[in-house]
Amino acid sequence: MSIIIFTLIILIGSYFAGLLGSLTGLGGGFVIIPLLTLLLHVDIHYAIGASLISVIATSSGSAAAYVKEGITNIRLGMFLEIATTAGAMVGAIIAIYIPANYIAIIFGCILIFSALASLRKKAENITTEKNYLAEKLKLNSSYPGPSGLVQYGVTHVAGGFFMMIFAGVISGLLGIGSGALKVIAMDGIMRIPFKVSTTTSNFMIGVTAAASAVVYLQRGYIDPGLSMPVVIGVLLGALSGSKILVNSKSSGWLRWIFTVVVTALAIQMIYHGITGKI
Amino acid sequence: MSKFKDTDIQVIIGWVLRLGVFISMLIVFLGGIVYIYRHGHEMADYHLFKGIPVFVQTGAGIIEGILTFRGRAIIQAGIVLLIATPIIRVVFSAIGFMLEKDYLYIGITLLVLTIIFISMLSGYAG
Repeated sequence: MSIIIFTLIILIGSYFAGLLGSLTGLGGGFVIIPLLTLLLHVDIHYAIGASLISVIATSSGSAAAYVKEGITNIRLGMFLEIATTAGAMVGAIIAIYIPANYIAIIFGCILIFSALASLRKKAENITTEKNYLAEKLKLNSSYPGPSGLVQYGVTHVAGGFFMMIFAGVISGLLGIGSGALKVIAMDGIMRIPFKVSTTTSNFMIGVTAAASAVVYLQRGYIDPGLSMPVVIGVLLGALSGSKILVNSKSSGWLRWIFTVVVTALAIQMIYHGITGKI
Repeated sequence: MSKFKDTDIQVIIGWVLRLGVFISMLIVFLGGIVYIYRHGHEMADYHLFKGIPVFVQTGAGIIEGILTFRGRAIIQAGIVLLIATPIIRVVFSAIGFMLEKDYLYIGITLLVLTIIFISMLSGYAG
């Protein structure tokens, strides 16, 4: 395949990956890595490198919008970035030493898990439970709700912190934002309102990805010819996604379709990993 | 003198992120056009991992490549700027916390920067 055709295919594929990733909240990396490895037979290390770059672009772009609205908890994000950046560094180093087919299998498993997690009903939970660490670290905050400021507390800070280390390792190992794991840490463990946890997770993803991208850059995982159409396509797709207003009904349908597609891709990644074809 | 508040940091951070993404994408796009123009009809080959071409591996190589108008060097410069964007954001957060005299968070921010720096060094070693 000539470079011009190859670039155009990736550009179009990445656009739809970005669009789907943005509409479902899973991120573009989940579609882009199977697209590159299964369909275009790109080596998984190059695919991870290109995906990670697109993760930085989309998360920084959307974080800029959220930060302005004042929903993002910057202190919480900053504190948890200690965990995610340390994890990401470890993940990127592990990625260098473990065989490509193991990476494919782990990728498949995380993919299925994240797709299922995205189907979960989101309840807006507000806790006023007192937590010593949360008070020391000034993590309790408020966000603008429909009827004035909503005050909220943060609990299980240590538990959330450890979950974030794991999210960081996965992000560095697989070249994805691992937003689903970050939201579980904040939503499920630390009991932060959903609106705050998704925007703060987004805010952290860029820094987490940058911590492993500096390792990938030096290892030659980030190929400019391949990354160029991926990053442009995913970013444009994510931008269109954020412009489309999805009503709750159609977004429910969309999530189901996406989950089916993603699970099929995941099973194929795992299968190729086990048979050693990746 | 008005007190420096959280909301001021948020506005600055928002701008840093927006500008960083916009400028780096513009550079990647321009580099992409040069790359396709010069190499569009060659064969794409990413099937086996071979690292990246030597001239985009180092900072000096990228600068030399830009001066000789090589597309991939221009793209890589854009990508490096994109990776730097969230790191610059962390630096600006640190400045914001300094203006607020929030010493705990100055420490936390510097710790994050240190981890990224160590990560950078670990890439060179071994």
